[in-house]
Amino acid sequence: MTQSDPILQLIGVSKIFAGTQALRNVTISVRPGAVLCLLGDNGAGKSTLIKILSGVHPPSAGAMLVDGVETRFSSPREARAKGVATVHQDVGAIPLMSVTRNFFLGAEPTRGWGPFRLFDSSAAAVAALAAIREFGLTRVTDGEQLVGTLSGGERQALSIARAMYFGARVLILDEPTSALGVKEAAKVLSLVKAARTRGIGIVFITHNARHAMAIGDDFVVLNQGAVAASFRRGEKTREEVLDLMAGGDGSEPRPDLEDDA
Amino acid sequence: MFAASFVYLFFAVCAWRAGFVSLNGTAAWLDTSAEVGIVALAVGLLMIAGEFDLSIGSVIGATSILFAIGTNHYQMNPWIMLAMCFALGAVTGLVNGAITVKTRLPSFIVTLATNYALIGAALGFSRLLTNTTSSSIQTTPGVELLFGSQWGQANVAVLWWLALTVVATIVLWRTPFGNWVYATGGNESAARGAGVPTGFVKIVLFIVTSLTATLLGVIQAVEFHSGNAANGQGYVFEAPIVAVIGGVLLGGGYGSPLGVFFGSIIFGVITVGIFYAGWNTDWLMLFLGALLLAAVLANSYFRRLALSEG
Repeated sequence: MTQSDPILQLIGVSKIFAGTQALRNVTISVRPGAVLCLLGDNGAGKSTLIKILSGVHPPSAGAMLVDGVETRFSSPREARAKGVATVHQDVGAIPLMSVTRNFFLGAEPTRGWGPFRLFDSSAAAVAALAAIREFGLTRVTDGEQLVGTLSGGERQALSIARAMYFGARVLILDEPTSALGVKEAAKVLSLVKAARTRGIGIVFITHNARHAMAIGDDFVVLNQGAVAASFRRGEKTREEVLDLMAGGDGSEPRPDLEDDA
Repeated sequence: MFAASFVYLFFAVCAWRAGFVSLNGTAAWLDTSAEVGIVALAVGLLMIAGEFDLSIGSVIGATSILFAIGTNHYQMNPWIMLAMCFALGAVTGLVNGAITVKTRLPSFIVTLATNYALIGAALGFSRLLTNTTSSSIQTTPGVELLFGSQWGQANVAVLWWLALTVVATIVLWRTPFGNWVYATGGNESAARGAGVPTGFVKIVLFIVTSLTATLLGVIQAVEFHSGNAANGQGYVFEAPIVAVIGGVLLGGGYGSPLGVFFGSIIFGVITVGIFYAGWNTDWLMLFLGALLLAAVLANSYFRRLALSEG
């Protein structure tokens, strides 16, 4: 297997909820060291696709391949164990807990033995601070600082650093820039680039075409649950992408559509 | 801690002549603090995890009457009755936890219902079996030692209270389970996303809470040499009040055993202090109400302060 073989693939995946078809015959592939931008308007099927990728829902039809082997995730925990981590916009962090405690939540390092195993908070703080520093979160120097005092972009950095520390090979970023200001969004985009250089495969979900064009290597536009277009960097202009997202066929640029950056 | 010293000094001055600062006076408020403190500690942990338990009152009453009827009317071995009391407590906690976790109903309502159901059952059965709802008890020296020891006016409850506070502090600050408790109350969906078994955490805490209520029921039964099914209802709201005064956030996610410990001290000092100062004890509720309001305001202020971007 060469380095550019896809890590994660969906082939002909459909999802039906109580008679409603949320996804229809979707095929995507995530390559290591590349950013796959998943574009689409609200209701296009982005969130259903995330849930299938992260192991929340199984697909109704079609196959999921990890390293070329057909796989079925029974839970988000299993997806994470296979190296597929999802970073949600809002629900990733617990504001009233410290940076260290958030970082190791659910995977606390312990010291001692048997029932007297204790949370090794000093080692945890050192590891957590080192990991977030690599992602440019240098403002935090005390592991006891509450996550609630971090900005939105800093929380994204914490979540991404956390996922990578625990061995993620595919990062699914759900609208990581949508609630952020221009400066913070730029920080997050550079975080994504940093993760890409380390050979991580990234699924970048957004409805912001400008952010997608700035970072993406591969692009998939969803419309009404189906893939409306799939192309590589440089093959389409922003106007064409916006037109596709709005339900056009992408052949005619529509200057009347403004993106929402 | 500051508030606790302030309240103590206030009553030390007001009730000096009545002997509030004497050995007996100190033992009196320590007893009161310890008894509410034992249950408030567990209720506090449960509140940190984002749930309530109003059934503690009935668990106190039901286990005290169970212990009394078993040892007195049926001449059962006190140790066996002790095991049955703690089993009843554990089952009550399990039922509270299982219903709350499975149905996702607010635990406030679930445990309000079990509180009524359990006191009703305790009153009904004890009336049916013994034609009374209170009864004296029989113990053995070992049981007396564990739950009824006294030094002067000070009750063994004080030692239980100190020991449980230490254990709770270690569990919350130094174990993975403690981390899960804060996470469960702080943001349940994020906690679940990180792989924390939030349902398990809650059920364990409901059981622990009922077990501390059982402990208090047994301590009071041995202390007064009688069990009463109607005992303990006062703790239903006193325990959460103490927890909030001790800095536990109503919405969950924040608080500490040490805080609840000082909350209990404040409660004990006020309750006993008013009595020693010779004031009408009717004023107690007013004091507690004002204090609760002040504590809630202070907690929410500190929460905002702690979360401000800096």
